[in-house]
Amino acid sequence: MNETFYTLHHFLLHTESVTYLIMLLSLLGLFGFWFFLTARDDDQ
Amino acid sequence: MGISRRKFLGWIGAAGISASIGKPAGASSISQFSGFPDSKGVLHDITRCVGCRSCEDSCNKINELPEPDTLFSDQTVLAKNRRTTTKAFTVVNQYISKNASEKPVFRKIQCNHCLEPACASACFVRAFTKTPNGPVTYDPDVCVGCRYCMIACPFDIPAYEYDEPLTPRVVKCTMCAPRIEAGEIPGCVSVCPTEALTFGKRKNLLSIARERIRNNPDRYIDHVYGEYEMGGTSWLYLSGVPFHEIGMREDLGIKSGPELTSGALSIVPMIVGLWPVLLTGIYGMTKRKEKNAFIEQEGAVAAAVERANHESIKKIAAAIEKERLGKKKAMEAAEKEKEKGIK
Amino acid sequence: MSGEIITGKKTVMTPFNVIAGMVVLMGLIITAIRFTKGLGAATNLSDYNPWGIWIGFDLLVGVALAAGGYVTSAAVYIFGMKKYHFAVRPAVLTGFLGYLFVVVALHYDLGRPWRLAYPFIVGWGTTSLLFEVGLCVALYLTVLFLEFSPAPLEWLGFKKTRYLAVRLTMVLTIFGVVLSTLHQSSLGALFLIAPSKLHPLWYSPYLPVFFFVSSIIAGLSMVMFEGMLSHRAFHDKMDEEHLSESDSLTLGFGKAASLVLAGYFTIKIIGVAAGNHWNLLTTPYGIWFLVEMIGFIALPCFLYAVGVRDKNLMLIRFTAAWTVLGIVINRLNISVIAFNWHLPASDRYFPHWMEIGISVFIVMLIILFYRFIVTRMPILYEHPDYKGEEQ
Ligand code: SF4
Ligand code: SF4
Ligand code: SF4
Repeated sequence: MNETFYTLHHFLLHTESVTYLIMLLSLLGLFGFWFFLTARDDDQ
Repeated sequence: MGISRRKFLGWIGAAGISASIGKPAGASSISQFSGFPDSKGVLHDITRCVGCRSCEDSCNKINELPEPDTLFSDQTVLAKNRRTTTKAFTVVNQYISKNASEKPVFRKIQCNHCLEPACASACFVRAFTKTPNGPVTYDPDVCVGCRYCMIACPFDIPAYEYDEPLTPRVVKCTMCAPRIEAGEIPGCVSVCPTEALTFGKRKNLLSIARERIRNNPDRYIDHVYGEYEMGGTSWLYLSGVPFHEIGMREDLGIKSGPELTSGALSIVPMIVGLWPVLLTGIYGMTKRKEKNAFIEQEGAVAAAVERANHESIKKIAAAIEKERLGKKKAMEAAEKEKEKGIK
Repeated sequence: MSGEIITGKKTVMTPFNVIAGMVVLMGLIITAIRFTKGLGAATNLSDYNPWGIWIGFDLLVGVALAAGGYVTSAAVYIFGMKKYHFAVRPAVLTGFLGYLFVVVALHYDLGRPWRLAYPFIVGWGTTSLLFEVGLCVALYLTVLFLEFSPAPLEWLGFKKTRYLAVRLTMVLTIFGVVLSTLHQSSLGALFLIAPSKLHPLWYSPYLPVFFFVSSIIAGLSMVMFEGMLSHRAFHDKMDEEHLSESDSLTLGFGKAASLVLAGYFTIKIIGVAAGNHWNLLTTPYGIWFLVEMIGFIALPCFLYAVGVRDKNLMLIRFTAAWTVLGIVINRLNISVIAFNWHLPASDRYFPHWMEIGISVFIVMLIILFYRFIVTRMPILYEHPDYKGEEQ
């Protein structure tokens, strides 16, 4: 976790990769969450 | 926006550091990156360069590049404005001053091995690596050939093997990374007869450069090219004539490639996180409005019938049918009863 | 080839088909040259100019003009403009074909196209905007495929699968808008890394915003433009709703396009102000910039508005075509014309005829596929089995 980053490039490489993973997970999660949220909607 | 983001990161960084006291702040602080410590570089003193092209020759041999079009002893090519190509990692150009009395100036061109390489930042398969030693190396085994690195390089260095149908590569100076690894100095530096090229730790090279300027203020322009250009480069330059007169761009600015794009990149996750919320919200509001309009409308019943989908019509039809059947059955049953009764 | 192939009543040798056949033949020949002799034989690309029209036109313009899919489905499903529902399928189809052929065209431009998936498999170059574009285009192509899938499923009669696909409509639409926002803007952000190469009037930290906003304009205009073309070609394939509502769509989308163009014009001016580049406006590049600003942003904005006020459908449709041209010019300006503007003329790029040939070939393939699908699947009309269903 406490890796030392000497360049902005390496730092961004790390943070962006983590960010992309989170984004992918959140987009996948959105599917499930959407169904959970709207499952008991009575209209339609 | 940039400032506030920096500040924000700074706070986080500060929090991180205070949590682990004892660590050197410089290297790990998030808002500032100092580059690899003891990273190597080359100082090119343009005032000393005589245009002998020995460096081109040696580079060609060491890197086993294809035969040049003309011999390296041929001085006529100097006059042409050449650039790095797939056949030459480095070229020396001659610049004739407008002031005829002055001697021509020679400048060696090769990859500058940026501290924050734009090419590496642009590559989507991480084919480029800024190594702790200083060289920016390239790995043809992963390269897809999109050539975005060439778009990104502010110094127009990478060349591409356009004529290779199957295995085209990006081509550029390696700073002789294998030699540096082995403790040797780059080929071009080793053969330079006038010591126009000096290899060493970038830190030391900077002080050498400054010292030369201080000792010979008339000989040099008071600027070390590469100290800050595009976030700083491992190759540094000293010159006696303004840099733009010898084909070096002075309008590049000091922002590095990663800095130029990090703003746009940082918006991406915000859109991923918030757009769905926003869009679903709008969707919800439209729905609601529709519903309200629907209820408020006079003659809602008529509209309902019109708008109702197949299912509900079918349902109603089915219900009616059921009722009808039910009645029929009841009647039949009654009929039977009757018949029984008659019997 | 015998010229007398007759199928049913119609001859195959219509002028369009003859031209299409020649274009496809030429495309195949160039394809062979490109993949056997390398990029050098088929293009004018150089070390100074690594990107030509295969990126500038096929990728940048292609993606921008394929924006109709997300714009229309967002308008209908998210903003609740149900009466334009009939336009969703054709728009999603063009979007899908557009993206599909953007990816096909990319294979020509990449040095090693068979490594197209490397960014996601081998090296996550997450600091690259191109990584972002690649990921989004790949995901969005999938989304468009799913959005489009009800049509072939109806055609083939797979009711159950179709029902599943239809149920996803809402989520897919939201996904589509998110992904489109991202990669449309990232295509502009690609150039953020090269401030020293792109002319300052076009370079701006706002490039991603410019690209996103202009993609909405492109999407709206493309839907109208395309509607006009397919009315000519496929009138007989359209159902009542399509025929009667398309005028109202033209008015509605024309109004929206006018509005977005006005906003786009404003932020473009702010871009100049933010860089303090007023003095450049009188240079040759500045005049060309003004041509784009006035001729292809302000003018269509005004013409759309007049067209909507006067209910002049002809004018709106003409403006749609004009705006599409403006988008093409904008994308080419950024990628080719104003890129490397500082280099001497001898180092500048002009496309090889084979590059143009491939671009024409790709456009022709899109048209042919569109025609193939539209004449078979329920795109311009509703399938009788599912008529009147919501969504
Ligand atoms: S000079 Fe160009 S190729 Fe060399 S490291 Fe810098 S950006 Fe990369
Ligand atoms: S051409 Fe190769 S090295 Fe350059 S950015 Fe593309 S994949 Fe990376
Ligand atoms: S450092 Fe090595 S590869 Fe680079 S120019 Fe010098 S000899 Fe050539």
